[in-house]
Amino acid sequence: MSENVAGRAIDAVWRIESPRLIAGLTRLTRDVGVAEDLAQDALVAALEQWPASGVPANPGAWLMAIAKRRAIDRFRREELGERKRDEFGRVELARQETAPGFDASLEDDVGDDLLRLVFIACHPVLSRQARVALTLRLIGGLTTAEIARAYLASEATIAQRIVRAKRTLSEARVPFEMPQGADRAGRLASVLEVLYLIFNEGYCATAGDDWLRPSLCEDALRMSRIVATLMPSDAEVHGLVALLEIQASRTHARIGPNGEPILLLDQDRSRWNRLLIGRGLDALGRSERLGGTLGPYALQAAIAACHARARIAEDTDWMRIAALYDALLEVMPSPIVALNRAVAVGFAYGPAAGLEAVEELRFEKSLEGHYLLASVRGDLLARLGRGAEAAFEFRRAAAATANARERTLLLDRARASGDVDIAARRSTRS
Amino acid sequence: MRFMLLMIPGGYGDAAPGTMPEAAAVAEMMVYNEALGKAGVLLALDGLHPPSMGARVTFARGKAAITDGPFSEAKEVVGGYWMLQVHSREEALEWAARCPAGEHDTIEVRQVMEFSDFPPDVQAAAGSSVQTRE
Repeated sequence: MSENVAGRAIDAVWRIESPRLIAGLTRLTRDVGVAEDLAQDALVAALEQWPASGVPANPGAWLMAIAKRRAIDRFRREELGERKRDEFGRVELARQETAPGFDASLEDDVGDDLLRLVFIACHPVLSRQARVALTLRLIGGLTTAEIARAYLASEATIAQRIVRAKRTLSEARVPFEMPQGADRAGRLASVLEVLYLIFNEGYCATAGDDWLRPSLCEDALRMSRIVATLMPSDAEVHGLVALLEIQASRTHARIGPNGEPILLLDQDRSRWNRLLIGRGLDALGRSERLGGTLGPYALQAAIAACHARARIAEDTDWMRIAALYDALLEVMPSPIVALNRAVAVGFAYGPAAGLEAVEELRFEKSLEGHYLLASVRGDLLARLGRGAEAAFEFRRAAAATANARERTLLLDRARASGDVDIAARRSTRS
Repeated sequence: MRFMLLMIPGGYGDAAPGTMPEAAAVAEMMVYNEALGKAGVLLALDGLHPPSMGARVTFARGKAAITDGPFSEAKEVVGGYWMLQVHSREEALEWAARCPAGEHDTIEVRQVMEFSDFPPDVQAAAGSSVQTRE
């Protein structure tokens, strides 16, 4: 085995094992930072030994054994306070008595530990940026360099962000426990938000030339699926998985041959990934069967499912989508949702009705100067045959977006709307 | 990126119709499948009945001809697959290596072609063929 091949194999093992490893070590040490250091020590040992010895039969157990040995050394060396050392010793003893190979007992708890780690990485004591970075690092198993590349940031910036986050958690003495009672809903919302933010950063890059960074989408999906298996009776978790699976199903239809974005209704639906759509609809079904009022993610998934079920754009059930947006506005009142509702109304009941719904949002402070408001107005005006006004709106939208690809698309639409023939054709098509 | 893990069970080429894996082997495989699911990498999986229950369609001289299984010349036949979504080829290989397979079994690991892997002319052809079919 050449060193490079071995190195890549070790990277793969790390990605698979590190979340569980760090979760188990956090339980022992009660400190995410210490746990990650220990896991890294074990990784270094693997990098030294595996190229010669080969990857062991149970790499997770191997890494854990090394990390625990290092943990014991560390605790002895640092002479922690009596209480903490006693606590640690007790955990050690319990494990050795119940299980000859500790990994059997570890396996039972590993899911619980991993879920606790997810909730810690997404703890509200951290900034959103820090939650995202820490989640990708601890749960996604990404290296600092990979996170930096995905977020177009320097490695030093990300490394510092992660170090600060771990320090903040340590100083705030965030307990390694699942939140209970009233706290739980808010903490879960934070977890789901972080996963959604990561997916969206990949799906619709907020800055730069690339419209899509697929690996971030895959990371978010993977972590969401993990959380769904750890919290099988939570409807919103399945709702998030459903939403992400269905959105990911469109990945290869969203971008033209020159990297330009293709809007949902113009996409070649034969390029949608049916397997992911099927998985998304299954997850939505699980969410709906769990009962209760659908939450924001499940509702968004239900809207995405309406599009996924339509074989061609003209088959879209816009009335159902408009109704789902009404429900979404109830649970998640936001100008952006209201704007999307206006789009749905425009398709369900005609562009005049849509424009009326948009007009209600004209004085919405948070939408002022937002490219989406201008873009939606432009679209509705174009369909009403008001080409010049439409072109004005598209140009305004182009000036407001930070995404280069999107700007090109909007400027194209501005030019197309200025052309009366094309504007007329667009309006008859819908 | 997606990979397909193709399970090629030893001796499956001439297995009798209705041959099923043993309960113990299935139980072990379920643990493995569950691990793939818990890791968030499993997209789909299926097991296939033996070739003795299948058939082959060949196209000699441009004409479709059907031959019922089993096929005496076929030694390595697919018995099932897993479709995984992972970060690297190494990760797919690592998962394959963890399969509780028998000593005569083989797992072939193959990367799935993504639409974006195709050169522009193939992408265009793929798009137009779909449109003419509909």
